Amino acid sequence: MAEILQTIGSVTGISLVLAVIISLAEKWLNNYGQVNIDINRGGRTFTTEGGRSLLSTLSEQKIFIPSACGGKATCGLCKVQVLSGSGVILPTEIPYLTAQEQKDNVRLSCQVKVKNDMAILIPEELFNIKEFVGTVEELRDETHDIKLLRIRLPEGETVKFKAGQFMQFYTKPYGKVKETVFRAYSIASPPSDNTHIDLIVRLVPGGLATGYVHQALQVGDEVRLSGPYGDFYLRGENADELIMIAGGSGLAPIRSLIYDITEKGLDHKIRFFFGAVARRDLYALEEMAQLEKQNPNFTFIPALSNPADGDEWEGETGRITDVVARHLDGAEGKEAYLCGSPGMLDACIAVLNSKGFSDDSIFYDKF
Amino acid sequence: MIEFSAISPFVIFFASIATSNMILNNFLGMCSYLTISSEYKTATGLGKAVTLVIVVTNVINWLVYHYVIVPLNIEYMRYIIFIMVIAALVQIIEMAMDRYLPDLHANLGIFLPLITVNCAILGSTLFMIIRLYGFWQSLLFGIGSGLGWWMAICMLAAIRERMARAKLPPGLAGAGITFIITGLMALAFIGFSGIFTIQ
Repeated sequence: MAEILQTIGSVTGISLVLAVIISLAEKWLNNYGQVNIDINRGGRTFTTEGGRSLLSTLSEQKIFIPSACGGKATCGLCKVQVLSGSGVILPTEIPYLTAQEQKDNVRLSCQVKVKNDMAILIPEELFNIKEFVGTVEELRDETHDIKLLRIRLPEGETVKFKAGQFMQFYTKPYGKVKETVFRAYSIASPPSDNTHIDLIVRLVPGGLATGYVHQALQVGDEVRLSGPYGDFYLRGENADELIMIAGGSGLAPIRSLIYDITEKGLDHKIRFFFGAVARRDLYALEEMAQLEKQNPNFTFIPALSNPADGDEWEGETGRITDVVARHLDGAEGKEAYLCGSPGMLDACIAVLNSKGFSDDSIFYDKF
Repeated sequence: MIEFSAISPFVIFFASIATSNMILNNFLGMCSYLTISSEYKTATGLGKAVTLVIVVTNVINWLVYHYVIVPLNIEYMRYIIFIMVIAALVQIIEMAMDRYLPDLHANLGIFLPLITVNCAILGSTLFMIIRLYGFWQSLLFGIGSGLGWWMAICMLAAIRERMARAKLPPGLAGAGITFIITGLMALAFIGFSGIFTIQ
C-alpha cells in the first residue's frame, strides 16, 4: 500500500513539476509584451498583447477577417497583406497563396503570430463587417438532416449584404463540447429583409457546429454572428441567363439570389438545378414553385440521383452533373453560380468547362 | 555479455550511426521515416528536428532517471515518466524556437509536435537506460542516433526523389518499394557490423 501511494505521489509530483515548468516557459517565452498594430497605413492603429495569431488579435479589436475553418489553415480565406513585422511564409500557408501573393507578402492571418509591431493592409470593406447577437426566431426541419435557422437581429440593428454572401456563426459550449467554434454559412434570406438572417444547416456526422444547431439550439436562444463576408454574389452584367446549381444545404445562397433578382425585377433567365439523393432529401419545393409563379423567367429543376422505392418521382433523375449536361447547350451569354460540397463543385466545374463556360463565368464559394 | 559502461563515448557515437543505426538496424521511428521521405527538403527538416529532440531528451531523461526515478524507487514507471518528459520538452523547445529562432521554427515547427510520438526518441532513451550508459556516453549516443536517423531518412528521400518518374510494377509503387529500398540499405549497413559492437 505504501508503495502504491509513494508511486502515485512521485508520478503526480513529476507531472506537477513538468506542468509548472511549461506554464513558466509559456509565461516567459510566449510573452511578447505590448505591440502596436497599424492597419492600412495609419487608417487605424491599436496596441495589444502579443503572442496570439493575427486573426484572433484582430477579431478581438472587432475587425473580422473572413475565415471558414476557424484558424486551422485549411480554408485559405483569412488572407491579409503584411507590410512589416511578420516572419517568413510558413509551409502550411504556401498551398493557399499564388506566386504574386507570396511576393506581396500576403499571409494567412491565422498562421501569423503577433510578436512585434506590425503594419498590415486589409480591404476597407472588412471594416463594415459587424458582429450581431441575434435571437433564434424559427428552427424548421426541412428534411431529416437539414434545418432552416431564422435569426432575428436585435431591435434597431440592420444588416446590409449582397445576396450570396455568408455569415460566420459562433456556437456556444454544449454537451461534451467545451469550446466555442465558428463556421461559415451562406445567408439564405434576401437582402431586402435586413432584420433577419436565414441559415440552412445540414447535420454533418460528428460536426461540432452542425451538431450544435441540430441538437442543442432552441427557439429563443441568443446566437452570435459576424459578417457579411465573401465574393459570391450576382455579377450578371454581361449575361442574360444564369445557371444555378446546388446540392443539399447549398440551396441557401441560391435562394437568396433568386429572391433578390425577383424582387429587383431583373430580367435574367434563371435555371436552378437542385440535386438530392432521394425524395426525403428534397425541400423548399413549394417555395420554389411560388417563386416560379412570381418570376416567369425562373425555372426550378430538382433532380434525384437515387430515388428510393415508393418516391414516385417523375422529375429528373441522375447525378446533378449529368442532368446539367443534358439541359445545357453552349455557354453563350450564361453565367453559372454553384454551391455545394467540394467534390460536387469540381464535378460541376468540369461539366461547365466542357460546355464552353470559361472559369471567369463560374462563381462559387469553396468551403 | 558486453560491459556497456566501459565503451568509449566516441565508439558509441560512431556505432549508433553505422552499426546500431536507429532505422537500419533497430527499425525504430519507421512511421515518419516512411511517410515524410518523399521529398529531400522536408526529410532533412524532419531529420534535424529529430536529432535536436533526441539529444535534448537523452540528456534530460538521463538526469531524470538517475536523480529522480532511481532515488524514488519507481523504475517500473519509467516509460510513462519518459514520455511525459519528452512531451513537455518538445513543447518548451517549440516555444523557445518560436521566440529566438523564428526562421528555424518556420522550417522545423510543423515537425516538432509530430516528433513527440516518434519511437526512435523513446527508443534512444530506453537503450541508454538498459545499457547502463553514463552521462557522456548517453550524450554521444543521442547525437549519434539522431545523426544516424537523419542520414537514413535523407538517403531514402534522395533515392525516392530520383525514382519518382521510374516505371514501377503497380503493386510495388509507394510503400512496397520503400520497404524494399530500406531493406537493401539495411543489408548494406550489415557490412559495417563487427567494426563496433554496442548491442
